[in-house]
Amino acid sequence: MPDQNAIMAATKSFILSEFLEGEDPDELTEDVELISSGILDSLATLKLVTHLENTYDIKIEAHEADEDNLNTLVDIAKLVASKL
Amino acid sequence: MTPLHRFLEESAARRGDHVAIVAPSGRSIAYAELDRLADRVRDRLVAVGVGRGDRVGLFVHKSIDTIAAIFGILKAGAAYVPVDASAPAARGAFILDDCGVKACFVEGAAAQALADELAQKGASPRLFEIETPDDGSSLARCLDRCDASEGPAATRRSAEVGPDDLAYVLYTSGSTGKPKGVVLSQRNATCFVDWCSDVLEPREDDRFSSHAPFHFDLSILDIYTAIKHGATLVLIDEEVGKRPGELAAWIERTGITIWYSAPSILTMLVQHGELANRDHSQVRIVCFAGEVFPVVHLRSLKQLWPGKRYLNLYGPTETNVCTWYEIPAVVPEDRKDPYPIGPVCAHLRAIVVDPDGREVARGSEGELCIAGPSVLERYWNLEEQTAKAFLPDRTDDRWYRTGDLVREDADHGYIYMGRRDRMVKKRGYRVELGEIEACLYQHPEILEAAVVALPDEAAGVLIRAHISTKNGEKLSLIKLKKFCSERIPVYMVPDGFSFHALLPKTSTDKVDYQRLKSSA
Repeated sequence: MPDQNAIMAATKSFILSEFLEGEDPDELTEDVELISSGILDSLATLKLVTHLENTYDIKIEAHEADEDNLNTLVDIAKLVASKL
Repeated sequence: MTPLHRFLEESAARRGDHVAIVAPSGRSIAYAELDRLADRVRDRLVAVGVGRGDRVGLFVHKSIDTIAAIFGILKAGAAYVPVDASAPAARGAFILDDCGVKACFVEGAAAQALADELAQKGASPRLFEIETPDDGSSLARCLDRCDASEGPAATRRSAEVGPDDLAYVLYTSGSTGKPKGVVLSQRNATCFVDWCSDVLEPREDDRFSSHAPFHFDLSILDIYTAIKHGATLVLIDEEVGKRPGELAAWIERTGITIWYSAPSILTMLVQHGELANRDHSQVRIVCFAGEVFPVVHLRSLKQLWPGKRYLNLYGPTETNVCTWYEIPAVVPEDRKDPYPIGPVCAHLRAIVVDPDGREVARGSEGELCIAGPSVLERYWNLEEQTAKAFLPDRTDDRWYRTGDLVREDADHGYIYMGRRDRMVKKRGYRVELGEIEACLYQHPEILEAAVVALPDEAAGVLIRAHISTKNGEKLSLIKLKKFCSERIPVYMVPDGFSFHALLPKTSTDKVDYQRLKSSA
């Protein structure tokens, strides 16, 4: 079972390749605010949720797919790990 | 003319026990109670010196508190200025200062940031803090605190306002980098609401959706048509409104019967809302406006939601809805062209003109211009832009230039062809690409910035910024997006950035936008 660090690393490469093409990976630190800063808009957030559900075979409820649970890589890893 | 606040007073007198508003939490308020709360707002505003012609700001998310404040402001004879409470406080403070609000209702979480920004501008409107807006109780407590510290406010009568009195000022994206305020009067508002009555034929058991935020002109239909007819207004939380699964559940649970939103929201519901698993049979009218609805998604929606009226409404904030088209019962399988925006509304007149302002032959392409009682009074404090917004040299009427290119079809009214300037619609939001460029030029490292919009099936458009930097090095996308999100609303933040040594130029040394568009 992947731990939180592994989830964070995998999610980071997904976000870099899908939504931040050309970005220096070092800039995407674990506390960068993804949703409140507009890096992920609502459609990108939906895409991310679908990716997480398929990759980890989990179900993210509609009410969980928000800024509170998905705003940083740390938040995302915590949410995913809690469902594994 | 019946002023807007009378809609509430008359419905409260007629059916005081009926539910007027459902809040995002599911809690609700009846007409009589809503009217009493709005009366208290009026009395407090009058006590602090607000009167006819004044402006009062709203920096609050959608809630029963907000609606009560709106009607209280109108009862005091003032105009309300709703500001995007999700946007940076600096932008809100600019708007509130620009139109010189005398007072402002502000959400607890944003109160300090807004007060600081206003103080920096030397503005000091009276701030009313609504801690946690939802079911009206926060507003009531705010008024209680005023009563306790300043003594009870005397009971007043609602102001006697006429058709020329201001009702609200709605700020839209401005091409020069500053939002501009569209000034709308009681006449502008009420003639539009009367038109809604004629077309929608609302019933007292209708439940109107309120999807658009209140600084968006779509909200005028939702709020005032519902209240005028003593129906129920169902507020949709702005975050839920972006999440298709939850939104579909909310529509079912609250029994919405008349829907109104930008098409992109309906597209999102079709694609991700699992509509086939929901019972939305109670919805009877679906209105959409703000951008083109791709036929492929409209067809899917009609299959998932059969047996309803579908109305394509068109109009900028400056006129509200000015043309409309009822989608036929069957959308043919082979239809690819979007539906027309339709004929002009009964209370307005339309002409199509060439770049010199001369009417074109019927059926030729040109700019749509609108005259009649819903056409804006002016832009706030922008005389030059106001003058440019109307056709010059016409003595017969004030013809507002929409900036939209159309051609007239003999059978179906107007067909939308495109824009004559750099305004685009993204998910129904009006975006001036120039405002984004002005934001980027504030960045200390940026030498040149040019922003283009590219068509996109899901979002309507994607916004891409082309940039050259002073030291020739790329900037971090994350830092750039963060920089933008602190200055402009999130929906205006570019989706992508491209870096150039220098931006391509035309032979006259202007930025070559055509080349940037095709390169992206």
